[in-house]
Amino acid sequence: MKQVTILSGKGGTGKTSVAGSFAALADQPILADCDVDASNLHLILNPDVKETMAFKGLNLAEIDPEKCTKCGLCEKLCRFNAIHDYEVDPIHCEGCKVCVVNCPVEAINFNDRVCGHAYLSETKYGLMSHARLIPGMENSGKLVSLVRQNAVKLAEEAGRELILVDGPPGIGCPVIASLSNVDAAVAVVEPTLSGIHDLKRLLQLLEHFEIIPSVIVNKYDLNSNNTASIRVFCEENEIPILGMIPFDENVTKAMVQAEPVVVYSPDSPASLALKEAWIKFSSFLDL
Amino acid sequence: MKIVVASGKGGTGKTSVAVNLALSVEAEQYLDCDVEEPNAHIFLKPGHKRQQPVELLVPIIDEKKCTYCRKCAEFCQYNALFVVGETAMVFNELCHSCGGCKLVCPEGAITEEPRQIAMAVPVIAAVKEQAVDEGLIILDAAPGSACPLVETVHGTDFCLMVTEPTPFGLHDLEVATEVVEQLSVPMGVVVNFAGIGDRGVYEFCERKGIPILMEIPYDRRIAELYSRGVPFTAEMTEWRARFTELLATVETMVK
Repeated sequence: MKQVTILSGKGGTGKTSVAGSFAALADQPILADCDVDASNLHLILNPDVKETMAFKGLNLAEIDPEKCTKCGLCEKLCRFNAIHDYEVDPIHCEGCKVCVVNCPVEAINFNDRVCGHAYLSETKYGLMSHARLIPGMENSGKLVSLVRQNAVKLAEEAGRELILVDGPPGIGCPVIASLSNVDAAVAVVEPTLSGIHDLKRLLQLLEHFEIIPSVIVNKYDLNSNNTASIRVFCEENEIPILGMIPFDENVTKAMVQAEPVVVYSPDSPASLALKEAWIKFSSFLDL
Repeated sequence: MKIVVASGKGGTGKTSVAVNLALSVEAEQYLDCDVEEPNAHIFLKPGHKRQQPVELLVPIIDEKKCTYCRKCAEFCQYNALFVVGETAMVFNELCHSCGGCKLVCPEGAITEEPRQIAMAVPVIAAVKEQAVDEGLIILDAAPGSACPLVETVHGTDFCLMVTEPTPFGLHDLEVATEVVEQLSVPMGVVVNFAGIGDRGVYEFCERKGIPILMEIPYDRRIAELYSRGVPFTAEMTEWRARFTELLATVETMVK
């Protein structure tokens, strides 16, 4: 079984559009949407949810006003500034339990906190593992790890060989969780100075975790100088460029129709480039 | 006044709106709170004046005093302590710096030392600590709807939500506005790349009573300027007045 994460550093460069099209081009892959706080892959793959599971994050402290003697020790001990006027602010409570174990009258409960839900689904293109973080909850990467575990389980049960992971933006905890034990990563970049800046940071992260990198340039015709400098950079660092996708209105039109662009308009310029990228991707991964 | 420029979906033009607003209205200060992938410096080209590490206290275990009782490891909610046999280890990258292990250790074997950390929220908090007392402060948020957005928006006066009029833009706008509503911060929407996609974002804003304060059309010239790291108001100067108007509207909404 092989696992590949598609990511970008910078948001909005076309990760999900690439992942959705690869999903349609692959032969029944397992799909894992790891962008749990701004997930979009379901919007073009239209999953039919078969199983939902609650995801519990860190617990939440809660002061019982009946028992509380207002000694103020909890507020003094809390390093997250989450206790004011003998009440816990759930937004700032990080569930460390310090107040709970130090309360002299045991007035603080330590309750489960549902932070989101994970889903196992079927799509036209393959089985899908995805999730939704409740807005505002902490995304330490644990829900991402659950999505990954579920995807592996689906792959093992169904005997599938490829897991395509749609990763989150950034370079923090959720991204790191989306990269553990993968065989390779595909970074989708647009030829803008911001995109290049973020790509370089992402590639440093991949190097740190010793993950094989590859690159797809999206909207490559937006700025030919920047595209040229991405090419040079990739050549110097021996990073394969798997595809060059032109700007194409059909990508947005496909999104509006809730379809991968390679399905919506198979002969459009972006689709042709994506199909070529898919062929390179397959041989890059030795599928 | 503190205005956050945020978005659920990445790449909708947060930094572009934040930078052009800040330049058009001569904001006092710009705080880039997208600490994982900061981009504002590409447009604003600041002179690098000062660098300071962001540090959190992490535990140090004195193995001479440690009896390997495991109380610290059992207490830690983040699995940052590992005690097995006669070995006690700390995983700094998992530590949230709550100080609990030091409090539960019966042998007084744990002290704390500041260490540089790789966690978004404390770094955002450190950026926000740099806020000046007066004048207009623009905060550039990270994408998403999780804890980094909460940390950035908390305690500010207004949130400008930048989105694109597509199903992806709409979905992520919905989740991000839920966070801002919980924090009771007033908000308005900027529709970027107007003209592409569909009407979903407009219908959502109308239904929720969130005002659309500006529309920036999909314009190849803006995209090209962006790709070169040029704020578009520097060349398309007619937009400066529109950003000034935008600020005036925000001011009336904050009062």
